[in-house]
Amino acid sequence: MVGIFQSWNIALSIFNLCLISAVMTMGANIQWGYAGLINFGIMGYTALGGLAAVLISVDPVQEAWRAGGFDILMALWLIVVMVLVIRFILKRFEKSKIRTYSIAAIIISGILLIRFSAEPGIEAIEAVDPAKTGFLGGFGLPIVFSWIVGALFAGGLAFIVGKVALGLRADYLAIATLLISEIVIAIIKHEDWLTRGVKNVIGLKRPAPYEVDLQTTDWFIKLVEKFNSGKLSVIENLADRQATLNQLVIEGSSVFVKLCYSGLFLVVVIILLILTQKALYSPWGRMMRAIRDNEEAANAMGKNVVKQHLLIFILGSAIVGIAGAMLVTQDGLFTPGSYRPMRYTFLIWVMVIVGGSGNNFGAILGGFVVWFLWIEAAPISLFLINFFTAGIPETNALKAHLIESVPYFRFLLMGLGLLFIMRYRPKGILPEKIEIK
Amino acid sequence: MDFLNAIILLLNYIFIPAFTYGSQLALGAIFVTLIYGILRFANFATGDMMSFGTMATILFTWYFQSLGVSLGVLPTALLAIPFGIIFMILYMLLIDKFVFKYYRHQKSPPVQFAMVSIGVMFVTQAVVRIIIGPADRRFFDGEKFIIKAREFKEMTGLNEGLALKSTQVITIFVTIVLVSLLFWFLNRTKTGKSMKAYSDNEDLALLSGIDPKKIVLVTWVIAGILATIGGALYGLDKSFKPFTYFNNMLPIFAAAIVGGIGNPFGAFLGGYVIAFSEILLTYAYKKFFIYVLPESMEPEGLVQLLSTDYKFAVSFSILVIVLLYRPSGIFKGKVL
Repeated sequence: MVGIFQSWNIALSIFNLCLISAVMTMGANIQWGYAGLINFGIMGYTALGGLAAVLISVDPVQEAWRAGGFDILMALWLIVVMVLVIRFILKRFEKSKIRTYSIAAIIISGILLIRFSAEPGIEAIEAVDPAKTGFLGGFGLPIVFSWIVGALFAGGLAFIVGKVALGLRADYLAIATLLISEIVIAIIKHEDWLTRGVKNVIGLKRPAPYEVDLQTTDWFIKLVEKFNSGKLSVIENLADRQATLNQLVIEGSSVFVKLCYSGLFLVVVIILLILTQKALYSPWGRMMRAIRDNEEAANAMGKNVVKQHLLIFILGSAIVGIAGAMLVTQDGLFTPGSYRPMRYTFLIWVMVIVGGSGNNFGAILGGFVVWFLWIEAAPISLFLINFFTAGIPETNALKAHLIESVPYFRFLLMGLGLLFIMRYRPKGILPEKIEIK
Repeated sequence: MDFLNAIILLLNYIFIPAFTYGSQLALGAIFVTLIYGILRFANFATGDMMSFGTMATILFTWYFQSLGVSLGVLPTALLAIPFGIIFMILYMLLIDKFVFKYYRHQKSPPVQFAMVSIGVMFVTQAVVRIIIGPADRRFFDGEKFIIKAREFKEMTGLNEGLALKSTQVITIFVTIVLVSLLFWFLNRTKTGKSMKAYSDNEDLALLSGIDPKKIVLVTWVIAGILATIGGALYGLDKSFKPFTYFNNMLPIFAAAIVGGIGNPFGAFLGGYVIAFSEILLTYAYKKFFIYVLPESMEPEGLVQLLSTDYKFAVSFSILVIVLLYRPSGIFKGKVL
């Protein structure tokens, strides 16, 4: 529909983001719908996935490694030693006040030590050609690998967060995860040696061909010619025809690239959908629902609630991590400053609730519908405002003000949508359906 | 002399800003804690409700300014705050009637309330942005400084200046008055006591003939007053920008939980705990040590524990630590 009204290019980019949103929503849905765990830290996992994309695909910056690589490795080594020491103390000694304080002392002194030992290295790295690099770079591998690595990163974070926070009551878990994701973003934003911080990383490698290359490839030009043969044959003049063809090739190339992405993303969505559906109807899925509906009863039946909660928390977050890596892949750039809780946490939750928690198709539907509305809210509300104020002259202050603030109607739309769904269809558009066989 | 200089330095850069910021957080934290204690949900719309109240105050300030009404040296906004509060309370009661009341009657679990409050957050955000726009706005007028840094230097002959902004004094003064009034209300009046009873045990309170409708109404009224004043003071001291207010929700939550959620006094102190630790940990102490230590021991670096970029992260880390080791907060609130 958008393809006809605006352009195929826009339609495809919306479609791609819909697919990515669908993956994120599936991740959140696994946690909330299957297990009843509330995770407001989606933003953090998305950003970690994006970080993975950067670390995997960017070529390593040799100079920076020479300048400060040793210091960084030393710091990493220190962190490992610190964790091992703490583990040792935890295993070896009985729980006591002295133990707690000594662990706290080790952590604080360790942080200070690491900070001071890594400082010169970090400064050296950031001084290497700061306009272009100023960070360590990555491994120079194809970016598609980062989807897996992103999942691992996010899963790793989820393991730590889950160990710390899963014992909390639901609304506290929400607040804690939200705050932890803010900490993650703060670290990504300000540790320039690793991520380039707010200076952003641009020009990441692509899994799809570049437009510029496509425009000079023979088979692609022929393909475009074939598709538009009807349109082209109408034009008599040869020069005109060539010009039109060039124009079409340029347009076609960006559509083609987007189609490549869509194909890749669709594969991911379908694989995840099959896996999650299988999981939902497996004995494991039944157990998760049992835990969600009555934790104590499940516990009494001998199910390890804590362990299962941790597992599902990691799984869901890993899926969100994949989505984060996909997002950076399709954008080709990593901008830590753009990760905001509104867009990456609360919007995803609207998708989960609207689509229907506990139902994977609902999650995908929610991702598509909400993202589409989020993008198209501005044009729609502009149209509505113009329609209702048609009789009022253009110079009217109220009308001008309304038209100026059109971009904010999307918040209104989302909020009202969420409130209405919560009130009149609390289980979402596609509610959870469990067949008992 | 050097020692005096060092003290003034700390006063100027740490103590006064932290005290001001802490007061602003404290008002927000009491707001969160009251809603949590009596209406029993974590209100994710906190920041946006505060920005709504501030917006109403700003609109009235502009109106008064256009009429030519002013308070002389004091900012006009002080005159506008009561009108802003009325507006805010009306908005909150409206939301309560159309949104929260239904779930209260259904006795929905707190998670559902939290989700609904996210819906309210979206709507409020949209309303604020549509009415006043997302831009950064300053609405302060009147005398800006009570003591200027240079005047102070000339007066005392010290190297370090002490600047005292009038907004800082107003913030601290208003907070202390408001909070004392609130505690008087909660501890000494019948309505306040019944609110506490309702918060402790709902069923028992209902049995003793406490009217839940009245309790909810009074809670929203107090919440409206706190949100508007807290938001307006923050806006006067810094500036008004809807996005910043949304972000402020996070340290406010941290303050409320650190102090012990459901406990207004804890929330009040929690605000200062968060503010002081944020500023103490991210301040560069180099100058302080130059004054205090003999010359041979002067530090080379900035002597900064954490870079200022991690300001927010500090309060969240404190929160995480508190949640881990003392989930009921510093002052016993509800156990989570």
